[in-house]
Amino acid sequence: MTEEKFDAIVIGAGMAGNAAAYTMASRGLKVLQLERGEYPGSKNVQGAIMYSNMLEKIIPDFRDDAPLERHLIEQRFWMMDDTSHIGMQYRSDDFNESRHNRYTVIRAQFDKWFSRKVREAGATVLCETTVTELARDSDGKVIGVLTDRTGDMILADVVVLAEGVNGLLGTRAGLRETPKPQNVALAVKEMHFLPEEVIDQRFGLKANEGCVIEAAGTISRSMAGLAFLYTNKESISIGIGCLVSDFAATMESPYELLESFKNHPSIRTLIAGSEVKEYAAHLIPEGGYRAIPQLFGNGWVVVGDAAQLNNAVHREGSNLAMTSGRLAGEAIFLVKKGGRPMTKENLALYKSMMDKSFVIKDLRKYKDMPALLHTNSRNFFTTYPQLLSQAAQNFMRVDSTPKLDKERATTAAFIKARSRWGLVGDAVRLAFAWR
Amino acid sequence: MTIAVTNLRVEDKLYQNRYVVDSGRPHIKVRPHKWPSANLFALTSVCPAKCYELNDNGQVEITADGCMECGTCRILCEASGEIEWNYPRGGYGVLFKFG
Repeated sequence: MTEEKFDAIVIGAGMAGNAAAYTMASRGLKVLQLERGEYPGSKNVQGAIMYSNMLEKIIPDFRDDAPLERHLIEQRFWMMDDTSHIGMQYRSDDFNESRHNRYTVIRAQFDKWFSRKVREAGATVLCETTVTELARDSDGKVIGVLTDRTGDMILADVVVLAEGVNGLLGTRAGLRETPKPQNVALAVKEMHFLPEEVIDQRFGLKANEGCVIEAAGTISRSMAGLAFLYTNKESISIGIGCLVSDFAATMESPYELLESFKNHPSIRTLIAGSEVKEYAAHLIPEGGYRAIPQLFGNGWVVVGDAAQLNNAVHREGSNLAMTSGRLAGEAIFLVKKGGRPMTKENLALYKSMMDKSFVIKDLRKYKDMPALLHTNSRNFFTTYPQLLSQAAQNFMRVDSTPKLDKERATTAAFIKARSRWGLVGDAVRLAFAWR
Repeated sequence: MTIAVTNLRVEDKLYQNRYVVDSGRPHIKVRPHKWPSANLFALTSVCPAKCYELNDNGQVEITADGCMECGTCRILCEASGEIEWNYPRGGYGVLFKFG
């Protein structure tokens, strides 16, 4: 191995790493991919929804053999208080198109498939190998890696850091900062197994159709957070995540939060009788545009979660990871094809391709959203869900109270909780952050 | 069909997971301390695998066997030097069957 030099080394076999390795290997580059897990996917955790368009740009015929669970035809957004939920629901038969827009996946299975494609494209994939250090020359250019497998250095023209949100290599090499507690959410998730027909029946689904529930409210106990329930073929992924800074301040336990969510009257009937087969935890980048680090340097690029690429508003992460991996791979290929060295100046191509893509455009659009939700978490995650629930119940419960009195009571409750100026201010702040 | 959702203890939840424990080589260590900082103390509730516990002397101890390698403790306590954080050796640690 010491004699060999690679065009590129990719660290990590998640969505970003696989996309980068596949893109480069399929264009003829000599690629080595290193993964610390026993198999690709064994360290990876996601909700998980996979968006077709971003994968089609890498493997157009992925539907032929990728392990997909259900295609999504329905999405519910719920605002919850302790006993109720009020929400929005969209379901359309349009999503039963032949080339489905998005699917639920099980990452351990999906990543194994993606990794097989990477190998078939010609990359060398080594699992059970933890990269311990980036090797640099006297000018500071990254020239390879050191692993815990042998003491020898493995050389490459460029290293793609696809090491995930908690990647140690890039931060320890001073290429980017360790994420701050207010910029990452801790999410916990369980896999609940139920017969396929029970899931179909409970969610009104047939033939691989899937449904998603995403919920906010008192379930996060005043912390900025979101809970989710995704239908897989024979299982339900259910979880909840809140900012690490909020967890530290409140000392809430993530597993207790998840138990409460599972026992909420709106949720418990959906998962009743299920068999739990796994409990997982993972960090999610939540800092948005302002938390994106330098994306490239001399001999290196960073992609996916390691680059904090996650759209928290739309809950999109894996498609940003895949796209950044693909663009990094394409940029590296173009630099190589031009016979140019992998310097900072030449790898800036990756950044300019990213700037033109939806990834950076979307994150820039919501650049003020993380700060808004973090500083107003009690209002957005407790006060408003409770007020909305009261308003809905006031509207629906029929008794002898005149309707005008009910409306006045509802308005008074909102003003008492947030004041007129507070309500207007929250609306304006939200509108500006959304814009 | 029952409507009950069983409340699971963390220990029972972790029992569902697959681990290859690197015996005698814990990947996270808590540095000796007199009193834990607020963040280090918070880990006794916030660690999703309940790896951190308070001992009789009021110090925080870690048993990293059930660790899911999420990195929450690193984000909260590495900068202050209270913990030393590394990934397990290649192939060791948690192995998600579904992920």
